[in-house]
Amino acid sequence: MATTDTTTLQALQGRFPAVTTSEFRGQTRVVVPSESLYDVLAFLKNDRGFDFLSDVTCVDYLNYRDAKDRFGLVYILVSTLTNERLFVRSFLNEPELAVPSAVPLWEGANWLEREVWDMFGIKFVGHPDLRRILLPPEYTAHPLRKDYPLQGRGERHNFPVLARNSA
Amino acid sequence: MSLVAPQHATVEDVVRDDAQDYLWTLNFGPQHPATHTTLRLLLKLDGERVVDAVPDIGYLHSGFEKLGEHLDYNQYVTVTDRMNYISPMANNVAWHTSVERLLGIEITPRCQYIRSIVAELARISDHLLCNGAVGLDVGAFTFFLYAFYQREVLYDIFETLCGARFTNSYTRVGGLMHDMTPLVIEKIRAFLRKFPKTLDDMDRLLNRNKIFIDRTKGVGILTKEQAINRSASGPIARASGVTRDLRKDEPYLAYKDFDFQVCCAPAGDCLARYLVRMAEMRESLKIVEQAVENLPAGEINVGINQRTALPSKKMVYSSIEGTISHFELTMSNRGFEVPHEESYAANEAANGELGFYLVGDGNDVAYRARCRPPSFIHFALFPDLIRGHTLSDIVAVLGSLNIIAAELDR
Amino acid sequence: MAIELPENVVISKLDQLANWCRKNSLWPMPFATACCGIELMATGASKHDLARFGAEVFRFSPRQCDLMIVAGRVVMKMLPVLQRIWQQMHEPKWCISMGACASTGGVFDTYSVVQGIDRFLPVDMYVPGCPPRPEQLIQSIIDLQDKIQREGTLNGREFNLESRQEPKRALVEIPSASLFDGARNPIF
Repeated sequence: MATTDTTTLQALQGRFPAVTTSEFRGQTRVVVPSESLYDVLAFLKNDRGFDFLSDVTCVDYLNYRDAKDRFGLVYILVSTLTNERLFVRSFLNEPELAVPSAVPLWEGANWLEREVWDMFGIKFVGHPDLRRILLPPEYTAHPLRKDYPLQGRGERHNFPVLARNSA
Repeated sequence: MSLVAPQHATVEDVVRDDAQDYLWTLNFGPQHPATHTTLRLLLKLDGERVVDAVPDIGYLHSGFEKLGEHLDYNQYVTVTDRMNYISPMANNVAWHTSVERLLGIEITPRCQYIRSIVAELARISDHLLCNGAVGLDVGAFTFFLYAFYQREVLYDIFETLCGARFTNSYTRVGGLMHDMTPLVIEKIRAFLRKFPKTLDDMDRLLNRNKIFIDRTKGVGILTKEQAINRSASGPIARASGVTRDLRKDEPYLAYKDFDFQVCCAPAGDCLARYLVRMAEMRESLKIVEQAVENLPAGEINVGINQRTALPSKKMVYSSIEGTISHFELTMSNRGFEVPHEESYAANEAANGELGFYLVGDGNDVAYRARCRPPSFIHFALFPDLIRGHTLSDIVAVLGSLNIIAAELDR
Repeated sequence: MAIELPENVVISKLDQLANWCRKNSLWPMPFATACCGIELMATGASKHDLARFGAEVFRFSPRQCDLMIVAGRVVMKMLPVLQRIWQQMHEPKWCISMGACASTGGVFDTYSVVQGIDRFLPVDMYVPGCPPRPEQLIQSIIDLQDKIQREGTLNGREFNLESRQEPKRALVEIPSASLFDGARNPIF
């Protein structure tokens, strides 16, 4: 399992004192205030060699125990040279659901961020093409939010019925 | 700096833009035989040359991740089967690797070996279908039949192993559904003996085939920098010269025990992706052979005192610990002890890095089950790979990216 | 007046002759979306060989087909496409709903999956299984052929029957409180 080099963490905390770190099962996570998220990601990419963005995702902490914030963004970064893996997290609350887009750093973030917008309704400022990706454009809800029911709100039943002789 | 933004931001823009009215728009999919799956492309064509392509996906979005928040760690494995339905075993293994990391379970050596075997067999099955489909799309039908016949052999092995042809659901938290029987091992050995010959035949059919090479060489080139910057993984990244393989870089299961090589190619075109997949099948065979010959004895499930794997039926009926453990695990509030934590574990699945980001909340159902789908990330590359090539190259590029719709849309 | 017929002449109704032709030359349109599509491919491939039952001519253009096999789940975004393809097919036409997802939504009781295509389309045959084995699909085609032989008419009167217009349901929904209601209510 690839852990994160401690020098990376020291450099990160030296540059951004507001960053907190934690570790679980050998995986290093850093929590970054959403204002400095882009700067941290840029620092990690340009100065610390995290050239591979493995994943961008989001968690809705609506009913989570001891959760203070509603949404948590997760960026999973990998360095292809040293195989370090670093989890960058940032918390967001309504109504300011917007963070700078990471597309200028990693082009691979494009669709991943579109998916987060589609599923959670978090805006990525500066994203070149932020529109729904998986759901139809006329869909209004963000289904992976915890206040959205699993079976939806009837969208799946809303179609015309073709009878046998109506073709 | 070039952004990934297609030159036309929305689907409507492609249609409306009449500045270059000699271009015409072609709708490709969502129901088209050459896409193999349900995806839609809006193509802007100059004659036969593709000027721009706008992918439109979501035609198979079925809410897998939402479902993961409502099915417990053992139930959800059935849903992962239907994610990448070309290699379900690899998905099963990836899912439970992630769950076990979250729960902090160390599985037994025998279980590790068996999981490695089935994951590699799944990789062979995936690569066979992918390469077979590439062959089919560019006109080599016989090649496809060779590949499909071997897939039936693999289905037969899986059916003997767990009773299902290809929705296997073979893994369980802390173990497996069944142990490997001698019959399965015998069938795997027979496959190991016969399959290299088929691979040789397949090599002879296509590797020096002029038509095939003309249609794939230099088509859909992905450079190394692009591959890294755009999060490509698996055979697609390796065909562009990225020497990244999670089996070596972040060893999981029993991969550190095996002697195998990471297959790479520098060219980054469709031919390189085909060749990398062919070479990977041979490496997978080596892994399976080593694993089968050195299969450790012992239990496949973790011990009963860990309270994670269901005890065997014999234990349930003959001992009080077995009965209690079985009962507790099937109760919804007495099952696994899940920390209030988050973890991520990735496997090198046939298509690339397949990982699950899990958030536990003390319950035996995940609070959030995010899947990192390789197909989704690879399909984002498509507009750049096809730009400037002809319409007929679309099927070659799509085939070599191995887009599986259920994994693409989830 | 009795006319002596030669030995190689069979007398039948015109309806039956038409049905006999139709049932043995079904041209399937594979509407394959998900896992069932792989089994559909296996059905057509060499081991199971659908050609033995006169239904092997897979055509990907709906205008050339008279049997639509919907293999795999159909989601919100896909359903209008499916309906359009169905409308493009010529009469007489039939529809097989292959697998649990197409018939009832299967395990995917989620916001985006249509809970059975039979809510919005006429379906003639349901194939159970997740996914059904190729043998099961072949059986359903044999059953459909049987049905065509029994019920079919030359001018397709059977499609206009009042009783055939109402959508059938493979899945009857129980209007009780949902199992999944509330944010966290795990089921087992």
